[in-house]
Amino acid sequence: MANLDVNVGKLKKNAFRYSKVRGETASRIRIPGGVIDASSMSRVVEIAEKYGTGVINITNRQGIEIPGISLADMDKVNEEIQKIIDSLRINQTEKGKGYPSSGTRNVIACPGARLCPFGCYDTTAFAQKMENSIYPNDRHVKIAFTGCSNDCAKVRLADFGIIGMTEPQYDKDRCVACGACVNYCRRRSVGALELVNGKIVRDAAKCIGCGVCVVYCPTRAWTRSKEHYFRLVLLGRTGKKNPRLAEDFIKWADEESILKMVKNTYAYIEEYIDPDAVEHKEHIGYIVDRTGFEEFKKWLFDGVELGPKAEVNQRPYWGGRHYDRYGG
Amino acid sequence: MGYVMDRAGFAEVIAALLKDYRIFAPVRKKGAGRFTDVDAVIYDEIRDAGEIELELKSDYAPKEFLTPLSETLLYFTEDEVKESDFDERPVLLFGRSCDLHSLRRLDQIYLNNGPARDPFYERRRKAVRCVLIGCGHSYDNCFCVSMGSNRCDDGYVFSVDLIDDRIHSNVLDGSFIKFFSEVPGAEEKDVLPRFVTENDVKVEIPEEVPREIVRSGLWDEYTSRCINCGRCNFVCPTCTCYTMQDVFYSDNGRAGERRRVGASCMVDGYTDVAGGGQYRRKNGERMRFKVLHKISDFKKRFGYQMCVGCGRCDDICPEYISFSNIINKVNAASREVQA
Ligand code: SF4
Ligand code: SF4
Ligand code: SF4
Ligand code: SF4
Ligand code: SF4
Repeated sequence: MANLDVNVGKLKKNAFRYSKVRGETASRIRIPGGVIDASSMSRVVEIAEKYGTGVINITNRQGIEIPGISLADMDKVNEEIQKIIDSLRINQTEKGKGYPSSGTRNVIACPGARLCPFGCYDTTAFAQKMENSIYPNDRHVKIAFTGCSNDCAKVRLADFGIIGMTEPQYDKDRCVACGACVNYCRRRSVGALELVNGKIVRDAAKCIGCGVCVVYCPTRAWTRSKEHYFRLVLLGRTGKKNPRLAEDFIKWADEESILKMVKNTYAYIEEYIDPDAVEHKEHIGYIVDRTGFEEFKKWLFDGVELGPKAEVNQRPYWGGRHYDRYGG
Repeated sequence: MGYVMDRAGFAEVIAALLKDYRIFAPVRKKGAGRFTDVDAVIYDEIRDAGEIELELKSDYAPKEFLTPLSETLLYFTEDEVKESDFDERPVLLFGRSCDLHSLRRLDQIYLNNGPARDPFYERRRKAVRCVLIGCGHSYDNCFCVSMGSNRCDDGYVFSVDLIDDRIHSNVLDGSFIKFFSEVPGAEEKDVLPRFVTENDVKVEIPEEVPREIVRSGLWDEYTSRCINCGRCNFVCPTCTCYTMQDVFYSDNGRAGERRRVGASCMVDGYTDVAGGGQYRRKNGERMRFKVLHKISDFKKRFGYQMCVGCGRCDDICPEYISFSNIINKVNAASREVQA
């Protein structure tokens, strides 16, 4: 292929990969919430066979990459993926032109309450709602949803990690003191329950809202709260300078506030991103390292009214190795 | 005498009954299941006909009114004892055919098992009149036909069948006719409650279970499969075991209360004895005890089967252990022994 003249920035923004194989690219399919309908999946297969090399990459962030596509075929591939984009209800600016941006990464989710017995909410639905509220956007933001404190989605590596919680409700008149909840809370969770005078006492400060007691109670003495609650953890990251786990920010947060805080983050990034950042891309965490958390918090909370149960950790402190300061 | 009416008419019947009766019926509780956004059907006192779940089989049994999961029987101080208060108003207890059959088993144990009658059970039992919920079809895991509990010809004051959004009631007790006859739009008609005559699940129980079954290898797999959670017992309309809690109030160690709480032969502690002994340590042994009690030992003593075939134990077992399947395994093994 001679004369290849491709705008690499545009290619990346259009959700194609810059490949080490000259003249080739990979098409990146967004799958918010990790659920794709079977006919879209068949279409992926068709595209991989027609334009790619007949293989499909499953990415770390629950997306799909179809590698081995010739740069010359990008327009055709964009037309072919339109049905997938429609079917997954991805916000788009122009039909037939593929994805409008790739900076804000695929929003991921563990199977959650659709499948998993421990899931405290419909992770996929919340992930799709989040996607809908923030995409398309060029800013590099990673958001991940997990159904419970097991954190199978590894949300502590994301900028925003949303962990499902339930506030267990105790009906003492249905409790027969079998001890199952005490036993399983201790063995599978944090040990927040105790049998006192034939009834259960829950240490509310220790309880992480995992719902294990509810799953194991044989009599429905423990049930889930009507409200679905969340633990919001912030600014985890991998990478070269200072990889670290996300830290707890709000316990017992609600859905609406979380949607709003994530949305607010984009305004904060626009204000404070390093204008000289390589490829205009800077992890939020590094921006916050510069402005201080107080400033970030101010922006986050703009117009947010937390519920009465919410407990805010006003000064999270992040750890991790600082290779940029002390080397490795 | 039978009546057919729309839901609004039935709501009037219930509203009128609520003036004289407390009504306990299966209620679909939103989100009360083990898992997120899964409902559970549990007995509760209702205040409105709309709360009564007429379509789903209840997850938990009507025995929860007669033998509450946890009930304070008496209060004590230094040398005085006071029985707990009890609301003496008459009670209407809704139940399906198998449930109504289960009451005979409860009565057997609490009232007619030796010389003493249990007064705390009796005060509840005396208050109860039953309302039959007809079964338009068999539910998952039901085997009432095999157990002969699929029909009830008496033992209820009126029946309720929801068919095409209309309530069909057969009023057996003449004193209840007045609640139906005055409802506007209620048609007088011959009504018979619906009963199932066939279940997908069928069991065969040997006339006499041979002693050798106790040592059969068939129980072994349950030692690892069963998690001894006791759900199968807590939902069973015929399980009657309980344990006592004498509780001393912590800020005054000389006053307290005696509670009776449900117990399960599958759960740890059931066979604990002084000195740290435990008769049935393995879950397979507990399963053997439970199954043989339900289909053999009770019958040896009282002449009829304990299990009514409601299938709730199968419905609820988190480990997919099927009680009816075990019955059939016992049957096959018994034949082998006898052959
Ligand atoms: S994080 Fe919780 S809900 Fe999600 S898959 Fe793991 S155990 Fe299930
Ligand atoms: S929700 Fe989890 S941590 Fe809280 S009491 Fe129940 S099992 Fe323990
Ligand atoms: S598991 Fe349920 S019944 Fe058993 S002790 Fe806990 S709350 Fe009570
Ligand atoms: S048979 Fe099933 S329901 Fe019964 S104790 Fe075992 S695991 Fe629990
Ligand atoms: S043993 Fe199972 S099927 Fe038989 S009455 Fe009890 S719950 Fe119903």
